[in-house]
Amino acid sequence: MIHNHTDSILEVRGLKKYFPIKTGVLKKTTGFVKAVDDISFILRRGETLGVVGESGCGKSTVARCLMKLYDITEGAIYFNGKNIANFTDSKLLDYRMMVQMIFQDPYASLNPRMRVKDIIGEAIRVHGLSKNRSWKEDVKDLLNNVGLRESHMARYPHEFSGGQRQRIGIARALAMKPKLIIADEPVSALDVSIQAQIINLLDRLKADFGLSYLIIAHDLAVVEHISDRIIVMYLGNIMETASDKDLYNQPAHPYTRALLNAIPDVGGKKKGNRRMLLKGDVPSPINPPSGCCFHTRCPDMFSLCSREKPKMVEISKNHWVSCLKYKR
Amino acid sequence: MSYETIMTVPHINQKKPSSLFKILRKMWDLKLGMIGGVIIAGMLICAVGAQLIAPFDPYEQDIMERLLPPSFLEGGSAKHLLGTDSVGRDTLSRIIYGTRISLIVGISAVLIQVVIGVFLGLFAGYYGGKTDSAISFMVNVMMGFPFILLAMSLVAVIGPSLQNIIFALGITGWPVFTRVTRVETIKLKESEFVLCAKTLAFSTMRILLKHILPNILPSILVLGTVEIARAIIRESLLSFLGLGIQPPTPSWGMMLAEGRDYMLSEWWLAALPGFAIFLSALGINLLGDAIRDIVDPHMRKS
Repeated sequence: MIHNHTDSILEVRGLKKYFPIKTGVLKKTTGFVKAVDDISFILRRGETLGVVGESGCGKSTVARCLMKLYDITEGAIYFNGKNIANFTDSKLLDYRMMVQMIFQDPYASLNPRMRVKDIIGEAIRVHGLSKNRSWKEDVKDLLNNVGLRESHMARYPHEFSGGQRQRIGIARALAMKPKLIIADEPVSALDVSIQAQIINLLDRLKADFGLSYLIIAHDLAVVEHISDRIIVMYLGNIMETASDKDLYNQPAHPYTRALLNAIPDVGGKKKGNRRMLLKGDVPSPINPPSGCCFHTRCPDMFSLCSREKPKMVEISKNHWVSCLKYKR
Repeated sequence: MSYETIMTVPHINQKKPSSLFKILRKMWDLKLGMIGGVIIAGMLICAVGAQLIAPFDPYEQDIMERLLPPSFLEGGSAKHLLGTDSVGRDTLSRIIYGTRISLIVGISAVLIQVVIGVFLGLFAGYYGGKTDSAISFMVNVMMGFPFILLAMSLVAVIGPSLQNIIFALGITGWPVFTRVTRVETIKLKESEFVLCAKTLAFSTMRILLKHILPNILPSILVLGTVEIARAIIRESLLSFLGLGIQPPTPSWGMMLAEGRDYMLSEWWLAALPGFAIFLSALGINLLGDAIRDIVDPHMRKS
């Protein structure tokens, strides 16, 4: 799984994020929520990497670790070959300039007491990013870029629809002139018709601004459209990594197959006549199952699964699976 | 540039009424707030124009006309509408002048409370951990300590004067603001727009003052009005105990104290300043409720 690609913009190695559970008067740590449990991946320059998985599988935690909103428990995150864990103050500022985030809930991610021009322009003003002109000009350009109008500048967030708010959030991220954008469920709070617009917008901005994306979603259909490669996560672990084509045509992991099966299919043209549905709920990340964390719900489970933790195996070029079926 | 994705915001065609007009309109909708507003407006007028409104000099004594009952009671004269006190000073004039003291003390004390309380609350809520424990401990100690004892000993040490009363009330009253600010800060610091401010590499000060504080301000405003009423009552209390405003300056609390001796025969001497305290506290509280409804962003959605 670990490559030393010089073309990688982001490389994550053995990332773990455990949240301590404190109980009692003395706040003794009695356990850990293993939100992210030893994951590694790389993101190449100019690539769009999708991360999918059910709620609670640790996708958002990964995003927040990458944004340095959380301190990581273990592992390393390399941005352009440098470990971001060591970044302090001035270097962190540089990092934040290059890596920006789009948040999930467009209703919660915009300060309700600021005007649009301040929401977008504050970073430009504070960090002195506009050159030889007023910061308002930059805001106007950004608004145009995300499909909003200059006349929206003086308005407050509550005057906009969800889709428009998400556009404001995107413009705010672009204000820092980033190289990498981490989008945490950028469309899941939006109507389906608006989702496509935002996905198309992200696609266009990628070309216009030379961006790389890490897009997190729980909906494979959303990620399919935009991603070059997709990571499938379950309970803080990576189950499968493949190009979008491979993942859709030859899903190797039973969990990926279940996810693909869960995509609603209008017209019933899907191969195979029976829908495979997973039974039960995601186990608690406080006390994850032994061996392969998916074995409790896996339709292909065999005796070894509950005992041995699978390692990542490359079954075809750039197609990695963490499943004992493919153990060599 | 034209993109298929451009969306439009529906335009409101009618002329936008000014924000002042909107506020007045909302006030009207909130009748109780209106009553509160009228009371406060009356207080402000009394405080600012005391010289013009008051029929007599509040310090002028007239021993011939002492202990006159108000004009609406038997034996009252039309000359002194609310009667006179034990040395013949006009009660109405003294109450009007007393408004000044009450407003100055109430507003200034609460300003001090807000500055101390909000800053501590922001830091406690935002940093958490040991900072929070230390500040919360201070709050609990302050709240557990009987106010009157604290303020009394403070005034006893620094001496009773207008500034010292304000200082004593300000320095003892901030914990409520810390509590409210702390809780709201804890709620807001995990919100996406604050996380976003962090990813935009803004300084902690900027996040606290520009992103968190404006969203807490409505609660502070409402609490502030309530606390003004409380500070006015407390000033009266201190003055009543002789630790507040010193005679002969007219203060409601002190008038109440002076009227105490005549409680059974000339009850109005204590009742009238008491009523003034009650009315002003009520008015401020009503106005506070109305302000909360107006500044609530959900109410602002037109």
